Amino acid sequence: MDWQDYLAPLSQGAWVTIELTVYSTLLGALLSFVFGIGRDAHTRLLRWLSIGYIEIFRGTSLLVQLFWLYFALPVIGQAIGVNLQLAPVTAGVLALSLNIGAYGAEVVRGALKSVPRSQHEAAVALNFTPRQRLWRIDLPQAIPEMMPPFGNLAVQNLKDTALVSLISLGDLAFRAEQIRNFTQDSTTIYTMVLLMYFGMALVLTALMKLLEHRVGRWRTEN
Amino acid sequence: MLFGYAWDTSGFWPFVISIMPILLIGLWVTLKATVIGFAIALVLGLLLAALKAAPTRLIAWPARAITEFIRDTPLLIQLFFLFYVLPDFGLTLPAFMTGALALGLQYSAYTSEVYRAGLEAVPRGQREAARALSMAPGRTFTHIILPQAIPRIIPALGNYLVSIMKDVPVLSVVTVLEMLNVARIIGDRTFNYLVPLTIVGILYLLLTLIAAWGIRWLDTHLPSHGVALK
Amino acid sequence: MSREPIIRFDRVSKRFGDFTVLDNLDFQVQPNEKVTIIGPSGSGKSTVLRVLMTLEPINEGVVYVGGDPLWHEYRRNNELSPARGAHLRRMRERLGMVFQQFNLFPHMTVRRNLTEAPRRVLGLSRAEADERAHELLELVNLGNQADKYPGQLSGGQQQRVGVARALMMRPRIMLFDEPTSALDPELVGEVLKVIRQLADTHDLTMLMVTHEMHFARQISDRVCFFDQGRILEQGPPEEILSSPKEARTREFLHAVLNPDE
Repeated sequence: MDWQDYLAPLSQGAWVTIELTVYSTLLGALLSFVFGIGRDAHTRLLRWLSIGYIEIFRGTSLLVQLFWLYFALPVIGQAIGVNLQLAPVTAGVLALSLNIGAYGAEVVRGALKSVPRSQHEAAVALNFTPRQRLWRIDLPQAIPEMMPPFGNLAVQNLKDTALVSLISLGDLAFRAEQIRNFTQDSTTIYTMVLLMYFGMALVLTALMKLLEHRVGRWRTEN
Repeated sequence: MLFGYAWDTSGFWPFVISIMPILLIGLWVTLKATVIGFAIALVLGLLLAALKAAPTRLIAWPARAITEFIRDTPLLIQLFFLFYVLPDFGLTLPAFMTGALALGLQYSAYTSEVYRAGLEAVPRGQREAARALSMAPGRTFTHIILPQAIPRIIPALGNYLVSIMKDVPVLSVVTVLEMLNVARIIGDRTFNYLVPLTIVGILYLLLTLIAAWGIRWLDTHLPSHGVALK
Repeated sequence: MSREPIIRFDRVSKRFGDFTVLDNLDFQVQPNEKVTIIGPSGSGKSTVLRVLMTLEPINEGVVYVGGDPLWHEYRRNNELSPARGAHLRRMRERLGMVFQQFNLFPHMTVRRNLTEAPRRVLGLSRAEADERAHELLELVNLGNQADKYPGQLSGGQQQRVGVARALMMRPRIMLFDEPTSALDPELVGEVLKVIRQLADTHDLTMLMVTHEMHFARQISDRVCFFDQGRILEQGPPEEILSSPKEARTREFLHAVLNPDE
């Protein structure tokens, strides 16, 4: 077998990697906003919940989280009589998004904090409600600020998807390991796989740059 | 039974207490891998940073491409690459050292950026002032630029030390018996994953909290005007 | 001046830590009166405006706007207790503010800077808000700049947008917090001209903090000299600016009018 024979199975794996990346990045972005905004909310419960989430998922390792969701959660399920055995893809997407969401929440929070206080005062003077202030004044100005770190997190997330191969999800890393077991042609396979991840990362970076331009259009007009 | 310690599954607390020594041995391996990986990252990163700052594009450009490549590809694959490919070239390392090397390689891409950003953050005027005083370039670097860059560089490096620690579990794929791998083995054998995995999570939380506290301490106690080198 | 004042500070104190910004301040403004506040930095002059716009809470005393307490509301037995959000929102409708740094929303066009609050807060339709914005942009001589972003305008133009934006809410009281201090000298005139025009053509109570003494003389019914959180001296502009009684006022005016000495 030579490298062309590896292309088909590796591409299959790459497709799974792309799907995992897209789903967990989108879900992670949602979590980032919910807990990044919740982190400085007026409601104490919401604030504490957000702090707990952020600290736990930033403070432990992604692989610990993945194994916990996949191996430990079913044990709890048994104890309370509910089936909590997650499918690998569910556990994978969940762990990836929870993990990246915790880092993203800090990004969202930092960007919201970076909106100048004077903007807040102008909004109060015009009698906007706190909710309108958040949605119409703070977030639109904070989002362009978030885009460069979000770009880095998206690439981080793409790299992290490789770990789900450890719970037998058929992503690119998993396929590579399968073929290597079969052919022992490590150099070729892993070189190809590294290049494929690199290519995907470059495309993802370009997409995030594009998005960055779109949401920050008013900044370039100024 | 692992590392000579048997587990006691007669109850919750006996189980916790009986597996603690095993997990702590795993923790020790995790810490060793973290420190060695970090040391490699510091040195390799310095090398990459120096190459990227080279005056000729013939060196600087490939160095930048290599950094980008390392940073954009998963640690897991880099580890497999080193583990399976290096022996083909006659270089066989123990799994633990291969793992530490992979960590060091991956994070050298990040540390090289920390060095670069830290040095670039020193105002241009400092270099110009040194030249006006006809200070030699080497002396300018060690006596003027570096002391001012250090307070910016050290806390950033500290954050990567923590990241490396959180990435050590990846080494379990090449059979390194770090903390998470040990916990999983206990789970496999006792069918109780919940307790060991939760303990590992708590230990990680403690470690990162301590590290975060240490980095904050460094950040506030490093003089922002610079650290004079003897 | 026997009418009910539209603004009344009743023994108001405001502290930042150990520093007293407003010290038992008594201060009144009549409807349609144009009042200029002058004084050294740290004298509390901007704080008066910020307290009125509900940007800074007070520690003691009561502020009345249009006869109603601003930072308090009446509960049972006519007792005053701290105001809740809804009360503050009702009270804010009476006031508009122009900021030193303009504080325009950088992510919105000039038109949306003007129409956003009337539409979301007052519930105006898009057409009504656009119509009102058009009129006010004409008033501040920016009729052709509606589709630009604030960053594309000069400081003087931005501040005129700031004036128009505050007027969109149809306030009865306009607060100007050093509206020309952040401007290059050659742009000050166009902003002052707009404010002067506004004073002449609109029934507005105007309260202004400024260092433009010439302008203060032209526009004000009354000038108040603030020092250490209190009004040290007040009266018609000619009197305060030409022949102040207090030594501190004389020193201050001398320093402001002869900056090179």
